[in-house]
Amino acid sequence: MAMSKSVRYLIPLVIFGALAGLLVWGLGQDPREVPSPLIGKPVPAFSLPTLEDPNRTLSDADLKGKISLVNVWASWCSSCRAEHQSLMALSELRDFQIIGLNWKDEAAAARRVLSMTGNPYDLIGYDPDNTVGIDWGVYGAPETFVVDRQGIIRYKHIGPIDRTVWEETLSPLVERLRAEG
Amino acid sequence: MVPELGHFALILALLLASVQAIFPLAGSLSGNRAWMTMARPLAFGQLTMIAIAFAALVQAFLTSDFSVLYVAEQSNTLLPDIYKVSAVWGGHEGSLLLWVLFMACWGAAVAALSRNLPLTVVARVISVQGMIAIGFLLFMLLTSNPFERLFPVPQEGRDLNPLLQDPGLAIHPPMLYMGYVGFSVAFAFAVAALIGGRLDAAWARWSRPWTTVAWVFLTIGIMLGSWWAYYELGWGGWWFWDPVENASLMPWLVGTALIHSLAVTEKRAAFKSWTVLLAICAFSLSLLGTFLVRSGVLTSVHAFATDPARGLFILLFLCVVVGGSLALYAWRAPEVSDGGRFDFVSRETSLLANNLLFVAFTVLVLFGTLAPLIYEAFDWGKISVGFPWFNKMFLALAPFLALVLGVGPAVRWKHDEPMRLVKTLWWALALSIGVLAVSYLPAFSGGHAWVPVGLALAAWLLFSHVAIVRERLKNKGGLTKLGPALVADLRGSGRSFYGMVVAHLGVAVFIVGVTMVSNFQLEEDVRMSPGDSQALAGYRFEFLGAQAVPGPNYMAQRGHFKVYRGERQIDELHPEKRAYLGGGMPMTEAAIDPGLFRDIYVSLGEPVGDTGDWALRLYYKPFVRWIWLGAILMALGGVLAVSDPRYRMARASARKPAADTAAARA
Repeated sequence: MAMSKSVRYLIPLVIFGALAGLLVWGLGQDPREVPSPLIGKPVPAFSLPTLEDPNRTLSDADLKGKISLVNVWASWCSSCRAEHQSLMALSELRDFQIIGLNWKDEAAAARRVLSMTGNPYDLIGYDPDNTVGIDWGVYGAPETFVVDRQGIIRYKHIGPIDRTVWEETLSPLVERLRAEG
Repeated sequence: MVPELGHFALILALLLASVQAIFPLAGSLSGNRAWMTMARPLAFGQLTMIAIAFAALVQAFLTSDFSVLYVAEQSNTLLPDIYKVSAVWGGHEGSLLLWVLFMACWGAAVAALSRNLPLTVVARVISVQGMIAIGFLLFMLLTSNPFERLFPVPQEGRDLNPLLQDPGLAIHPPMLYMGYVGFSVAFAFAVAALIGGRLDAAWARWSRPWTTVAWVFLTIGIMLGSWWAYYELGWGGWWFWDPVENASLMPWLVGTALIHSLAVTEKRAAFKSWTVLLAICAFSLSLLGTFLVRSGVLTSVHAFATDPARGLFILLFLCVVVGGSLALYAWRAPEVSDGGRFDFVSRETSLLANNLLFVAFTVLVLFGTLAPLIYEAFDWGKISVGFPWFNKMFLALAPFLALVLGVGPAVRWKHDEPMRLVKTLWWALALSIGVLAVSYLPAFSGGHAWVPVGLALAAWLLFSHVAIVRERLKNKGGLTKLGPALVADLRGSGRSFYGMVVAHLGVAVFIVGVTMVSNFQLEEDVRMSPGDSQALAGYRFEFLGAQAVPGPNYMAQRGHFKVYRGERQIDELHPEKRAYLGGGMPMTEAAIDPGLFRDIYVSLGEPVGDTGDWALRLYYKPFVRWIWLGAILMALGGVLAVSDPRYRMARASARKPAADTAAARA
């Protein structure tokens, strides 16, 4: 009896131990830097209805022949809102396409956001049930994949794109991909 | 020279903290009175040193001394003076210094206001605070020294994150930190009590005012953060369930459970080991919040300073503090008696329900915040727990909390008769059911199912608390002379009671605000040309165009709107879109016509075409102020409760120097 009572008081310590273990592990897995296992691989085959028009489809074929930024976003995601303005600015540069993956979202809400703040995307796949997101290894929103002309995933950025990210990381990469031809 | 002085003061503070952590505690265990009396002067010395360091950093910012790396990173000569000061805590190093400063303030406050506490308790509490200070000071000096020099000295600084150049955000972090750090006092009291093995009603009475004050600061801090997000992010949202927001919400939830459980421990000597556990958890979650914000383990819009190396240090520190205190708990708590027994219908039961609901909600928020990490660790697939999930959880728990909240204060301690409760509360229940029925009518609810629920719960809280106040005054024989009886009660020992009533009514006001704004807000996303008008919720918005206006360190596009109600112009609004010269993303400054019953909110989206057209967002937000008003009432309730003379008398009666030495030898 006395024994079981003392054991009970150990429970918080044990729970904290598990939590600390998780955090130690998480620290090694810095989400901004962990490389996606998909880097260097062709984009997984997929086909999704587009957000604007459910009768049209977006598929892996649309990612070939052009350099693409594939941006995962949702209307409920506050970081995506912060990122939106950068994407609007990028959409004016015409040497690559921006493909949206509208992820775990409601079509009406997503369309409303775009009608209001502008649409930086050339095409948007609508993925409410995370079917394509899982294949792509989407961890959260926003995320951005850089795909080259051959449809190979070259880079994955986790978190919003701001000026620093663009100037220091993504822009040089896009330049390089363009030089590769 | 001055920055070196600041650096030196920090090193001295670390030395003082080491002495503070060891000697008073050792003295309290060995009965060495001289060592114990060192506690108070050490706490004051600690505050002096850190205040010198803080002043040195403020001076470096005000004089734009860019030879200090941190100043060069955070400030800029164009920055207005007020933001030069708030830039001190705009980044990681300075936030930490502010944190440590507040920590020292709380320590000095304990030293100054504890004249009537047994010396052993004071010595132990201040020692525990010294240990926490060691951790933070080491963290600063080893990984995040705000006084690090930069050479060559740049001509101009990099500028503060534009999001932070705002009066709301200038005062939001200090409030939040005061709350976070304030829980270190409750924590120190709990650990001191565990060390001494003396967990009793007196311990709860000493901790209560400190915990409540910390909770008040945290409440105000969170409220300011929410208010800031509302007008600054340009989306009219007031809560985003962002990891950083959750990091501040979790200590608040546990802190709320703690102030209620402390009441049980003080009044009935029950829940003792549970209360200690909550006190440990409240501060641990504050530390966890710091870790999550500072380590970059979770990505967030608010994360303005992330660095994995620093994360590792905080995590180690977290393990030492939390792991150590929980181990102490596992060792000492089994010896604590369970305290007073109580029946099912009793105040204790309702407060237990309160505690369970708050803890359940904390666990859910913690799970939701860490879910991406947990799923990744167990390879369960990818997940991002978003806004809808948190809202669902909140809506699943909050109604029960509100129901219990209406009954709890009416129930007597230990044992109560169900029939007596029915007699007190029946009319409150009847009125709330009336509100439920009326607001269920489509004309009122507009078909939203949550509207009648929310309004009825708010009504239930209002009426049940009126009934509870009435019952109290009746027992004091003052129902015939209501006014004088109330005044007398407020002068006497009734303040903590009325503090509770005010805080609970704050919850009712908060519920009304959330219900109304969630269900009845209107928004219109429109493209407008200069001269266009747009109608929304009975108002007419006339757009007169936007023009470029220079600010001190930014260039703004300022829109001009006239808002009409019928034919009468009620306001002119000037939303802005700012591009800061220091770089970074453009910022939206929404223009708001505030009101008690509705806000009108306009924010600029994007310019469209070349003809001066803009994409705009117009919002009508009914009762949105009630959300923050509710939080302010909760905080006011806390202030009222702390001002209760009972605490002063309680301290006076605890003045027993003879007991000091007796306890010290024990």
